[in-house]
Amino acid sequence: MDLLEYQGKQLFARAGIRVPEGEPASDVEAAVAAAEQIGYPCVIKAQVQIGGRGKAGGIKVAKDASEARTHAEAIIGMDIRGPRGEGPFRVREVWVEQASEIDAEYYASIILDRSEKKSLAILSRMGGMNVEEIAENDPDALVQRHLDPVDGLSLNLARELSVDAGIDEDVVGGVAEILVSLSKAFDELDATLIEVNPLIVTAAREVVALDAKVTIDNSALFRHEDIAGLDDLSDEDPQERMAKERGLTYVKLDGNVGILGNGAGLCMSTLDVVANAGGEPANFLDAGGGSKADAIVDALEVITSDEKVTAVLFNIFGGITRCDEVAKGIIEAYSRVDMDVPLVVRLDGTNSEEGLRLLAEADLDGLEVSGTMLGAAERVVELANV
Amino acid sequence: MSIIVGEETRLCVSGLTGREGSFHGLRNRDYGTDLVAGVTPNKGGQEVEGVPIFDTIAEAVTERGANTSMIFVPARFAASSIDEAIDAGIETVIAITEGIPVHDMLGTYWKAKEADVRLIGPNCPGALSPGKANVGIIPAQFFERGSIGVVSKSGTLTYQIGNELKQAGLGNSSIVGIGGDPIVGSDFIDILELYENDDETELIVLVGEIGGDAEERAADYIAEHVTKPVVAYIAGFTAPPGKQMGHAGAIISGSSGTAEAKKQAFEAKGVRVGRSPSEAAQIAADTLA
Repeated sequence: MDLLEYQGKQLFARAGIRVPEGEPASDVEAAVAAAEQIGYPCVIKAQVQIGGRGKAGGIKVAKDASEARTHAEAIIGMDIRGPRGEGPFRVREVWVEQASEIDAEYYASIILDRSEKKSLAILSRMGGMNVEEIAENDPDALVQRHLDPVDGLSLNLARELSVDAGIDEDVVGGVAEILVSLSKAFDELDATLIEVNPLIVTAAREVVALDAKVTIDNSALFRHEDIAGLDDLSDEDPQERMAKERGLTYVKLDGNVGILGNGAGLCMSTLDVVANAGGEPANFLDAGGGSKADAIVDALEVITSDEKVTAVLFNIFGGITRCDEVAKGIIEAYSRVDMDVPLVVRLDGTNSEEGLRLLAEADLDGLEVSGTMLGAAERVVELANV
Repeated sequence: MSIIVGEETRLCVSGLTGREGSFHGLRNRDYGTDLVAGVTPNKGGQEVEGVPIFDTIAEAVTERGANTSMIFVPARFAASSIDEAIDAGIETVIAITEGIPVHDMLGTYWKAKEADVRLIGPNCPGALSPGKANVGIIPAQFFERGSIGVVSKSGTLTYQIGNELKQAGLGNSSIVGIGGDPIVGSDFIDILELYENDDETELIVLVGEIGGDAEERAADYIAEHVTKPVVAYIAGFTAPPGKQMGHAGAIISGSSGTAEAKKQAFEAKGVRVGRSPSEAAQIAADTLA
């Protein structure tokens, strides 16, 4: 779960990390009121779960109420794309915060390093927007240290990191303390990423987190009810919301071939095979390992509610999933959903003969059966592009 | 021989009294796996279809000589069950449970490493050595005994490839699902090493997915340490770019993680990559012909 900047900052404040004073606002009036209360200059910051907000025009400084209004009007409702074209993410909320006088900008993060199976602390005296470029061109400017899985980050190690990173001498202690707090928060919050970019030194030589990117492990949300309950206003795609409500793993894509597979790997592979056959997948939908009839009905409803979809492929290899259950789900779905697009079904594996027999008996309009994954992919692409 | 599970496996199942645990544990026994015990706290003394239940894994080890533990308990308790198995002196732990918090697995991973216990998973389908033993949820009917070792991040994709190999008249020494979680006990490299040293294995099929750099590291390892032919398949060429929050992930992983990067890493080291599961199976069949 990716937190919004202000949600992350509120967690930082609780962990004893200094952040600028601010208020969230979800409409222009509330944003102006927040600005009036905080005073000027203040910063209006788009709250979306993606980097590159500044470059996209989602962060503006206001010197007075009229500027605050102008910026809030421009930012609330705008669509922001990530640096790799992710999104768009519609801005539903802004965070209005006190502007900071910046003496120096650093970069600090704690991340889970899958390869080494350890957390990794990264610190750089060169903060700001282009940290990836620094990583490529000047890797020595990024100091990295793996943390002991039991002991975490000690204050001594944090000081060492700060000195190695070339942090200004007078704030080495302050930066080290923040690193230790970030590392503690990383463990206590079940985070997989905590990034502060920039971590600033103010004109008064205080160390302040000016940004917060926090990702919490979804599997651990059961022990963080306060975080699990946070609003996620940016998750607004109708199909994705519908899928979430029904407990399905669904990702919306741009194409017109609706896809359902069982198991994430087989489903990804199905997207690839459809693309190889010249088609464009409309979605990724993993019906899971033990798909029952109800799940199939739900899945078909979600897929066909996307108006772009002109044909659907069901690629099922039954292991734990029983193909006769899937067939029953399809037949049930036809009686409940108004199916106006063709469906190509490939059923193989456990109880596939029984499943295929049920489908043949039901003789459903617009349903075709294919014996192989490749054949099914080719056929659905043909049907989708008629 | 075969790897991970075989005739010497003496299995105890944590969670055998649960619905899923009993279904799959007993299915494993029906296949011929030596299921010696179940473990559920406070249910010691009971039986499930003739299998004795103990309160602790330690008792299953001393009373029944269990050497392999399958973890089928709910996610929030699963890491401590793995820890329990390690402390009890189990040699191989196979964790099927999905959704174990990553921070729980960090500690457990290193505990297993230090105790030199082989951990497979979590969130994996388990391991099957056809004709010998099956521990986990792999449907054994799609696999014949033979000389191809399979190691995979994905369950259903493995069944798909196994079935294609079977139709081509080929069988498997073992099939190992390592799981796709951020922290897994055994990576591709660990399993490649076992297959390289396994007499029964003549060729290795590796099934990868986008994310992480386990495939890239496997490619380097194969070039240096594996003499047997390896065929790879990668899923996720058309997967959407994951939205990236910060920069830290890109800093540590560079360009790796995409299916294309993984394919290139393998091909640069002379490993052939199938474009579909069928093609991967076909390449394997041609190589052995």
